Amino acid sequence: MPEDALLEVTTLNKAFGTSTVLHDVSLTVRKGEFMTLLGPSGCGKTTTLRIIAGFESPDGGRVRLSGVDVTDVPSYERDVHTVFQHYALFPHLSVADNIAFGMRMDKVPEAEIRTRVPEALSMVKLSGFEARRIQSLSGGQMQRVALARAIAGRPAVLLLDEPLGALDLKLRKEMQLELKGLQKRLGIAFIYVTHDQEEAMTMSDRIAVFNHGRIEQVGTPGEIYEMPKTSFVADFIGGANIFSATVLAGAEGRARLMLEGEHELDVPLDPYESLPAVGKRVKIAIRPERVKVFYKDELPFGLIRFEATLKDTVFLGDACQIYLQMFKKAPERLTIAWAGGDRYAVHDDLDVPVIAAVQPEDVYILEEDHD
Amino acid sequence: MSRALSWLLGGRTPLATHLLLAPASFWLLFLLVIPALGLIVLSFATNGPYGTIVWEFGFHNYARAFDPKYLPVLLRTFAFAAATTVLCLLIGYPVAYYLSFRAGRWRNIMLVGLMVPFWSSCLVAYYSWMIVLGKEGLINANLIRFGFLSEPIGFLYTPFAILLGLVYFYLPFAVLPLYASLDKVPRSVVEAAYDLGAGRWTAFRKVTLPLSLPGVVAACLLTFIPCLGDFLTVEILGGPRYYLLGNLISNQFMMAQDWPFGSALTSLLLAGLVGGLWLYQRWEKA
Repeated sequence: MPEDALLEVTTLNKAFGTSTVLHDVSLTVRKGEFMTLLGPSGCGKTTTLRIIAGFESPDGGRVRLSGVDVTDVPSYERDVHTVFQHYALFPHLSVADNIAFGMRMDKVPEAEIRTRVPEALSMVKLSGFEARRIQSLSGGQMQRVALARAIAGRPAVLLLDEPLGALDLKLRKEMQLELKGLQKRLGIAFIYVTHDQEEAMTMSDRIAVFNHGRIEQVGTPGEIYEMPKTSFVADFIGGANIFSATVLAGAEGRARLMLEGEHELDVPLDPYESLPAVGKRVKIAIRPERVKVFYKDELPFGLIRFEATLKDTVFLGDACQIYLQMFKKAPERLTIAWAGGDRYAVHDDLDVPVIAAVQPEDVYILEEDHD
Repeated sequence: MSRALSWLLGGRTPLATHLLLAPASFWLLFLLVIPALGLIVLSFATNGPYGTIVWEFGFHNYARAFDPKYLPVLLRTFAFAAATTVLCLLIGYPVAYYLSFRAGRWRNIMLVGLMVPFWSSCLVAYYSWMIVLGKEGLINANLIRFGFLSEPIGFLYTPFAILLGLVYFYLPFAVLPLYASLDKVPRSVVEAAYDLGAGRWTAFRKVTLPLSLPGVVAACLLTFIPCLGDFLTVEILGGPRYYLLGNLISNQFMMAQDWPFGSALTSLLLAGLVGGLWLYQRWEKA
């Protein structure tokens, strides 16, 4: 356990009936860290959060908070508060009474509550809303009250279950930055559940990517994006071209691969990657925006080049997508490239031969998938 | 109500709405509104010899209804209705809570079980209670057989038997609205209370109970009001000593053959209920 670890979950397992929702989930959250649990629906991220909150008990594994085992401690005795997906405000209480609820449970003196409620409200920019009824608030305001209620008691860890899911896009973007700022100011560790990879990238110090009840990778947004470990991570975050390859040879941090039986390439390995066995089938990933397209054979030295055919171009406003056919034997396979936002860089003629090029270090060898 | 009004005033409600409402409207008109109006008219008429009705109108039936000799009947009726309501709440709330929060997959079966008493006539149910409670009934016979008693206890024709009958019959009317309102309490809101440090009992007292209050009110109305007019329970399980308002009214129609006086009593009960509900609604809105 690292020295600044605040929350540690080890080998959590959980099944509902016959379906296993968590396999050996282990995760450490540091003091003041913004940790995001990211994954598609049904991947186990919310179950993990509910186990940390104490709403579910795991079939196996432990939860430790500040070094104390809280696995069997009921939720009302854990020093964590939750911001629920649909806010879960108390509809029969005023805004002020909602925020004061937790402090009253903790027997905080009323005099102190009277100063801390406006404080919490001002942190979420709702000063003066004390006497308002919950039913009179907009979705965004309810969200802020839920946040104020959860931070007013100054928990060690704040759990957030897709708190922005019900808000419209513009408000969501605004709240993302605000939440991040609030988290830095308060210094409380946030554990944030979302299925939105962009949201995760915007806010997190570290991201744990979940799939089918397992953590596929934990890392900073940069690590997750630049060095995806599995094809799921590569594809779920940012989208990636994933190809199969055979290992031809490998030595000293480099591997020689045969891509789809057509292209030979020589790629460097990431520091954590072990040398794959010769003859092994692996998957590789290439980020679309790392692929450069040339219409003439005039490549800078050192790039890996593929001959390809231009199949389609799509203008998206801030970017263009270019679909290429890269393999003769698998003609249905298309790769996608983003080319800035310059639509004039995109050829109008389709079915013309082009050269696609990528830096060797932008090709990642992925670990085997679990399933 | 406003629909009916706008229809009467020739408002612009689509024809389809009228057609869809027609069966219900006729039902209410012929089986509720017209008989009720007839009852009110009758309450001002005069009783003739041998139960005939003399169409001489006056307030004499109402004057008679306020005779102090009926006061004990009225008080007794309110006392039984109130006691039944309280007992139904005390028994019904835990049942409804269990059904909503704990029963899990057994919930539907249990709800059906709750409805079973409705499938038989309450007459049958009350006669069954007579068999259970009687001097030679199930309880007395067994208590004597196993030596707990030497003489049978007279359960029947006591306030206990009346209350038992009333609670037995009206309990589902209390449980169903309680269940409906408890089921509407969002589980995440209860979890939020735990999350913020409330133990089970505190979370119930501060969150679940206040949020289920509409169901408590509905349960009170659905037990208290019909209890005020109940006559069958006392007739079968209570005997003449505990004569309630419902018996007083039914006797006017069935035994005394004094329909105008019975109508006046019914109209007063109706007016009291409507007035009470109106006051409650005003209080609720305030």
